[in-house]
Amino acid sequence: MTALVSVQSITHNFASVRVLENVSLEISHGSYTVLLGPSGSGKTTLLSILGGFLPPDSGRIIIEGVDCTNLAPAKRPTATVFQDYALFPHMTIGDNVGFGLRMKGEGKAERNDKALNMLRVVGLETSFNKKPHQLSGGQRQRVALARALVVEPAVLLLDEPLGALDLKLRRQMQDELKAIQQRVGTAFVHVTHDQEEAMALADHVVVMNQGRIEDEGAPERVYARPATRFSATFMGESTIIDADVLANGQVKSMFGIHDVVARQQTGHVRLAIRPEHVGLGGTIPATVRDVVYQGSFKRIVAIANALPGFEILCRVPSETVIAKGDVIGLHLAPDKLVILKD
Amino acid sequence: MRFFFTSYATAIYAFVYLPVTVLVLFSFQGTLFPIPPFNGPSLRWYDAVLSDGRLTSGLGHSILVALMSSLAATLLGFLGAWGFARFTLPASGLLRGLITLPLTVSYLIIGMGLLVVFTWAGLPKSLLAAGIGHVVINMPLCFAICYSQMGDNQANIEKAARDLGAGELQVLGLVTAPMLWPALFASFFLSMTFSWDEFVIAFLLTRFETTLPVEIWNLLRAGLNPKTNAVGSLVFGISILFAIVFELVTFRKRAP
Amino acid sequence: MSRPSQSRVGWFAVSPALIFTVLFFVVPFVGMAIMSLVSKQTGQWELTNYTQFFTNPSYWRAMTNSLEVTSIVTFISVALAYPFAWILAFVVPGRWQRLALMLAVLPFWTSYVVRSYSWLLVLAEKGLINTTLVDFGLLSQPLQLANTRTATIIGFVHFFVMLLTLTIFANLKQLSPNYRKAAADLGASPLQSFIHVILPLTLPGIMVGAFLTFVLAIGDYITPQILGGNNELLMPQLIMMQIGRRGDFGSASALSIILMAVVTLAYFACARWLKIERT
Repeated sequence: MTALVSVQSITHNFASVRVLENVSLEISHGSYTVLLGPSGSGKTTLLSILGGFLPPDSGRIIIEGVDCTNLAPAKRPTATVFQDYALFPHMTIGDNVGFGLRMKGEGKAERNDKALNMLRVVGLETSFNKKPHQLSGGQRQRVALARALVVEPAVLLLDEPLGALDLKLRRQMQDELKAIQQRVGTAFVHVTHDQEEAMALADHVVVMNQGRIEDEGAPERVYARPATRFSATFMGESTIIDADVLANGQVKSMFGIHDVVARQQTGHVRLAIRPEHVGLGGTIPATVRDVVYQGSFKRIVAIANALPGFEILCRVPSETVIAKGDVIGLHLAPDKLVILKD
Repeated sequence: MRFFFTSYATAIYAFVYLPVTVLVLFSFQGTLFPIPPFNGPSLRWYDAVLSDGRLTSGLGHSILVALMSSLAATLLGFLGAWGFARFTLPASGLLRGLITLPLTVSYLIIGMGLLVVFTWAGLPKSLLAAGIGHVVINMPLCFAICYSQMGDNQANIEKAARDLGAGELQVLGLVTAPMLWPALFASFFLSMTFSWDEFVIAFLLTRFETTLPVEIWNLLRAGLNPKTNAVGSLVFGISILFAIVFELVTFRKRAP
Repeated sequence: MSRPSQSRVGWFAVSPALIFTVLFFVVPFVGMAIMSLVSKQTGQWELTNYTQFFTNPSYWRAMTNSLEVTSIVTFISVALAYPFAWILAFVVPGRWQRLALMLAVLPFWTSYVVRSYSWLLVLAEKGLINTTLVDFGLLSQPLQLANTRTATIIGFVHFFVMLLTLTIFANLKQLSPNYRKAAADLGASPLQSFIHVILPLTLPGIMVGAFLTFVLAIGDYITPQILGGNNELLMPQLIMMQIGRRGDFGSASALSIILMAVVTLAYFACARWLKIERT
């Protein structure tokens, strides 16, 4: 089945800065795609290009088989939920949600009907006659969602929709967003810098950095086996270990021989391992430098005896008795070591 | 669509610049009347302006009145704004409204009220009287500008200063005023602009020594006269200089 | 938020401004009110200064003239300035906007008196328009353009178009660009986006500008005196006449108070759009 959206070799510059470098991507029907990256990664620019607010310097955007690269936002089957929601302050919630339908020429009764139904989907049918300033941030966010969904776009674009909410509300909205997406079935493309949000929502996460796609795939895969160093350290934490591939195919680092299969013949590689896969009771000597209690676990930063200054991140159960200065032996779970592409 | 925009904008620009262009052009008129045909260019009228004692003294008076009244207006407005913004005073809303009330009253009426009261009190018409009138019209503006800039983040910085041991006067002089410098500058600059150009109050409240706008008005009695063009163009030039200075100062503040 | 002793400092800070306002604004106003109740002829407490406003047809006409001229000026100025401000805010490329705006309001910086005079140069019998048209043979007789209501209106509109362009421009710029984007995204054409979203959102700002125009224009003596002449008097001219020619402060005060009452009425009409807030 052909992809719903095909991003083909998009390159874009702002003044003399390259913000997107030959970015290609496919988005399937009904998927929840998250563009994840720090500021300056180009994720918001890509979203703007998808939405039609910015014509790219080069490349194409194909949506539902139609080349939309130079089509205005009104003419392409996308709808955008803006970061500040952009609800029209002078209109009621009902009129806000029905705005797109009104522009299409639908009659008042029909628009109000559809608007009410969509508000029901987001749980705000009682706010139909209220004005935006009477609603909370989270409620306004849901109205913005309803307004975009009611025009039945092929793809819904969300620009850091949960950025303005506090942690608890954000978690709640994440659940709701996922539920709404599954109920409505529209493909969502969601931009965020919050990797926990990305993992919670996406079935397809795209990790971006400095205008390039570093890694993409199902969150479980991207987390367990990150492709690049950036991906390993931006999405979750990792300890990065330099190693060499020996003539006999083994991989050797300062900590010894590791039971990983190298793709290349010989030469230098980098390994990554997640803190939760580094535990106590092993043979790698290290000294504890920091212990941070995090509720469900303790985060340990230990300095390897093999190389002064080299930090190893590890997690231990929260009841573990451990303190700064302790000398410990660390153990790296062998099947959790990942060889990075870079 | 593009064509409509360009032609409309051009038409408005033309309308806006028409009288000014005629003014400046015919200030260089060689003959006696500032009307077509244009015989020139000649500097004879600028000569006439600069050698006209009344006009030059009028200019000096205008600058004096503008400077003094703007200083007073800015100082009073700033202090008032600080007082109301930082302290909870009774009937604050009402009093603030009172201070900003003159903004809605025609200059003519303000001038007349002062004329009535000064005549009663036996105070003569003078530059000082006009200056007081200018403070009346400009202080509300300074107050409003400074007050709108005294939000919560400024309050927190002042609290920090007090916490570190500064007395009230020190906070005011070393922290608040410097922080609010754009507002102070804008207040002073706007007051200067309004005072420098103000006619009605100066007309009502001065007699022998008067400001430039009043002297220009007197010139108008002679009908269309290139001398008026010349002094008008000079005033325009000076005002533009002020505006450029203002732009540079605030623009440089903004650029990183 | 403030300790009792602190309030004293607050009072010290605000009293200069308050005292000044009372001395030089409130007292004169009260003085004017008192004067308005004393008739010049009889020296007695009377309401003649006010009643004459209703009985003397030329006085009443001055008010209707003022209201008509000011309303026309306000309407035309807003109508001309809004599209212009729009073009400057949304059509002119970003980096040229400041320059374009500055250029558009530069003539603002001519002295107000001089600016009105310069329209005289254009509109007078021997002014620019008439001499050009006559010289080109398009007219046999010069037109009476100066000393008319039209001249006054042109003079006012010239000033207020510049003022309103500034205020409406600021108003348009502070709208979140996402409103237009959202409207466009949901299928609105530029015209629909303007009618349904931008115009309603900028309406408060327009009302403020219109009110400002109304207040400034109705109280202005200079433009009508230079450009309108004495054929048709507006209120400020009438008031000045009372002071100058007749030395009748009572009458002038009464007329001023009536003018202020009209402005106050206008204020209440627009009250919900006019609020000064603290950031």
